[in-house]
Amino acid sequence: MNTQSNTYTFLYASIMVVLVAAVLSFAALQLKPRQTRNIEIEKKQDILKAVNIASTPKDAEELYNQFIVQSFIVNSNGDITSEDKDATFAVDLKIENKKKLEERKLPVFIFKKEGIGEKMIIPIRGRGMWGPIWGFISMEPDGKTIYGATFGNKGETPGLGAEISKPEFQKPFSGKQIFDETGKFTSLALVKGGGAVGHPHEFDAVSGGTVTSKGLEAMLRENLSSYEMYLKSSK
Amino acid sequence: MSDKEPLFSAKNRKLLKNPLSSDNPITVQVLGICSALAVTAKLEPAVVMSLSVMAVTAFANVIISLLRNTIPSRIRIIVQLVVVAALVIVVDQVLKAFAYEVSKQLSVFVGLIITNCIIMGRLEAFALGNKPWPAFLDGIGNGAGYGVILIIVAFFRELLGSGAIYGFQVVPQSFYDMGYQNNGLIILPPMALITVGIIIWVQRSRDKSLIESN
Repeated sequence: MNTQSNTYTFLYASIMVVLVAAVLSFAALQLKPRQTRNIEIEKKQDILKAVNIASTPKDAEELYNQFIVQSFIVNSNGDITSEDKDATFAVDLKIENKKKLEERKLPVFIFKKEGIGEKMIIPIRGRGMWGPIWGFISMEPDGKTIYGATFGNKGETPGLGAEISKPEFQKPFSGKQIFDETGKFTSLALVKGGGAVGHPHEFDAVSGGTVTSKGLEAMLRENLSSYEMYLKSSK
Repeated sequence: MSDKEPLFSAKNRKLLKNPLSSDNPITVQVLGICSALAVTAKLEPAVVMSLSVMAVTAFANVIISLLRNTIPSRIRIIVQLVVVAALVIVVDQVLKAFAYEVSKQLSVFVGLIITNCIIMGRLEAFALGNKPWPAFLDGIGNGAGYGVILIIVAFFRELLGSGAIYGFQVVPQSFYDMGYQNNGLIILPPMALITVGIIIWVQRSRDKSLIESN
């Protein structure tokens, strides 16, 4: 056969592409359940990290079931719409954040442990420089003081924007206030340089990570503001 | 396979051995440097990366070698790319399913195996003109040659940069109490380049035939 003819070349390319596509889809389908599970475990680890509980992929499940005593979905008026644990865990912020405020499902996870007490954990999601950033904020039961925070990123620049995923960046969030003395929602503002240390409504931006820091600021404001009514009612 | 040639004849052994020393893809051919710098801050990702590259080079070599008489020469580079890309996606998916933590550390570099010059180089230079078994050995050999350098570099970077080997702390706490500090600089990519440079220097001073004459 003439392997140089046009017909042969076209046929060869077409058959090869179909075969490769079949092999790849098969592999993807076979591995999907395990991958989804890994992602779920990671999410559980992240939720626990927001209350400073370190976990490994092995014990995350157990710790999560032990300490997350309640999880439910609220709406923007602060009313609980569902108390189904699995439904709450499965809420995808990527989809929710695109909906109108009134239609959003807002998940809340309640954490309880001897010695630490009760905290509520709120998931957040936004845009960084190169891709999505996300995180979990844990709040004191008063609904205005942050107890802990953890942030993840898909592809921020290592050493610059990606610093938001480091403990040194996340620690200072503890103790910040998202409502001012008059009870008005303020969220947290990004401030370059020192100044922010100890200030209740400000956090220090990452040097060289301006776009990421601004994304983080917007993420906090947008996501936390939708919980405003719920947080106020828990005071 | 060839008529009566033993599986590990002298010629075939050479295919495995040469890339480890006198024909090393990183230190002699200077290919695949980018990923060698990026994934060698710790041993674990370096080992996983080495195994991934080894698997891709070996299987891509075998597949291309099997197809070598059927591939239309005008689209041979594209055919090679499709085979390599498919294998890399499979490796990436497998890592995400079975080694999630490491796959997060390796991030984009697994996907970038596709662009690793070692693989395309071996396909063009070897697999297109040789039978599957020697092609397989050649792939394993070159993957291993790449891996060996990665692991040597990662060993020193993790030891000096984090005081650990494969995640286990080896520098005792008493050293730190006496004022010893991990070298933060060696965690940064430029130090990997310097480490590779030192390896090349050591190798060339031991094997003078590698030194190019000007």
